[in-house]
Amino acid sequence: MALLEVSDLHVEFDTYGGTVHAVRGVDFRLDEGQTLAIVGESGCGKSVTVQSFTGLIPMPPGRIVRGGATLRGHDILGGGRIDGKEVRGREIGMIFQDPMTSLNPTMTIGDQIAEPLQVHAGMKRRTAHARAVELLEMTRIPEPAKRAEQYPFEFSGGMLQRAMIAMALSCEPSVLIADEPTTALDVTIQAQILDLMVDLQRENGMAIALITHDLGVVARMADEVLVMYAGQVVERGSVDDVFYRSAHPYTLGLKAAMPTNQSEGEQDLQPIDGSPPDLFAPPEGCGYAARCPFAMEACQGQPPPVYGIRAAAADAYDHESRCWLHHEDCDIAAEGVHKGE
Amino acid sequence: MSEAAAETPLVEMRGLTRHFRIGRGEVVHAVDDVSLAIAPREIVGLVGESGSGKSTLGKTLIGLHDKTAGEVIYQGQRMPDRYRPVDFRRYARDMQMIFQDPYSSLNPRMTVGEIVGEGLRLHSDLRGAEARDTVASWLVRVGLSPDHMSRYPHEFSGGQRQRIGIARALVLEPEFVVCDEPISALDVSVQAQVVNLLGELKASLGLTMLFIAHDLSMVRYVSDRMAVMYLGSLVELGAANRVFFAPKHPYTELLIGSNPEPDPASERSRPSTAIRGEIPSPVNVPPGCRFANRCPKVMDRCRTEAPELIPVADEGHGHRQVACHLYDAAA
Repeated sequence: MALLEVSDLHVEFDTYGGTVHAVRGVDFRLDEGQTLAIVGESGCGKSVTVQSFTGLIPMPPGRIVRGGATLRGHDILGGGRIDGKEVRGREIGMIFQDPMTSLNPTMTIGDQIAEPLQVHAGMKRRTAHARAVELLEMTRIPEPAKRAEQYPFEFSGGMLQRAMIAMALSCEPSVLIADEPTTALDVTIQAQILDLMVDLQRENGMAIALITHDLGVVARMADEVLVMYAGQVVERGSVDDVFYRSAHPYTLGLKAAMPTNQSEGEQDLQPIDGSPPDLFAPPEGCGYAARCPFAMEACQGQPPPVYGIRAAAADAYDHESRCWLHHEDCDIAAEGVHKGE
Repeated sequence: MSEAAAETPLVEMRGLTRHFRIGRGEVVHAVDDVSLAIAPREIVGLVGESGSGKSTLGKTLIGLHDKTAGEVIYQGQRMPDRYRPVDFRRYARDMQMIFQDPYSSLNPRMTVGEIVGEGLRLHSDLRGAEARDTVASWLVRVGLSPDHMSRYPHEFSGGQRQRIGIARALVLEPEFVVCDEPISALDVSVQAQVVNLLGELKASLGLTMLFIAHDLSMVRYVSDRMAVMYLGSLVELGAANRVFFAPKHPYTELLIGSNPEPDPASERSRPSTAIRGEIPSPVNVPPGCRFANRCPKVMDRCRTEAPELIPVADEGHGHRQVACHLYDAAA
């Protein structure tokens, strides 16, 4: 049984401008000790996907139209309503992009970490506070007892993110959701935070769902990768499949737009021209067709199905791509697109 | 020295310093004694962590902050220590700035046409239809459309807003532009669009730029030379690719090593390179080398004696400047 399983998730938002179809059918599963990276541009629905089953989507205007989520087989998304609090605090811990605005500026760091322990674990204030200091120590904050008495403004960005991790881990969750945890940090501090997440995962075996747009971070952290575009998963597979045998043109586009640390000399960055489609009225066909260098007639009119990519050797993760190029009758030679062994 | 630096510089900073008094007799040493010359049509990338003073340096350079000490020479002329409104009017045609945050740096109550056209209205003789045509042609040049003139900033995505900011800065065709983290708020695919746009504009307009960023791998694509800043001073300066691929200062080495590569196999085999600790407060600047408390190669003299930025031979690539006792003659 999967630790966390999300199936056919559809999320919409009602706005004055109409209905935004933010997530249009996302499935994934997450097992113990595994790190799943969800990659994509702003607005592709990666944050909404995880917020929907943690109860962080305001409803209304948000609406879970269809789909389910189970944690150890228990439904946590019954009838479009989240059975929130219990799951959120105890089983799923979350850290966010901007630690400065995600913490309460009027509470000491120690009290904020102790709060979930009092609410979810029923600890007394004093025990909870002692535990908070231990947690700060675990996330390698120097002088944890003194730091616990301080307020968020007295912490640097990197230290705040450590405090956020301490808070997320306070109830020993089985799943840690990290929504762009290092995007706001310097690369030096990012390296420290990523190392810390890896160490903590090794110690307590939690699963990590990591949302990011940085392929470098994905390469460092992930076992499995979901590439999202316009509210759908366009490619999924093991980190090696997605990087070395990319099967969707969007994944190739993202890779070409990233600077590498590799070879010296001149190579140009290749941006993906245009911008993502309007999710008020998602395109009928493939969401990426308007920007895709390999777009065919079929792509405009009909949504591509998900194709399994045959691997040379058995892999722990299936490799799939939502693209017409993998249709058996398609004979277009798309440069760089991996079509299976 | 690179060829570019051998020319007469367009902009030169000599001992540029900017301190902020924060009360109780405490002083923030944001920029301390920075000297850097930028040749015509050269792009210098300025990198460093948050708090290293790179944005303050950019703003002091073009007069948005007063100088505490030192001077800026522009085309052989000494710029005022403290800009008065008349100075801004005089130099706005020559020097412009592109700001970091495309959300807060555009006035939400002005249309795109007004935002981009404001410089023309204040600093040029162009009026009416002529001014409108210039604005329209700039919008096209940065990849927007003339139809966008009557729209407001909130109707645009982050990448499009950054293009508006670029059009606003370049509409007066300045000689020198300070780009303060112009891409760090954008998505990867859009970052590449903006980087390539700046490259094209540099080629077609002969722009000279100081490109401030914390993402070293992007800076390498844009810059001719790269300057690395730590806690208010420069620690390394040299040809961009050389600094990136063969860093000499221990800080540069760690900064580049911290950048994860989009390649799972090499990331798996790479040991952790996280630097210990964080950048110290610029209020109590340590004596000696400012990087000493985090440096893996620290020596005794580093804690007492501040290293100077000195030329160091760059194997087969001329010279580079490094401020580190490892490269002193005495070491």
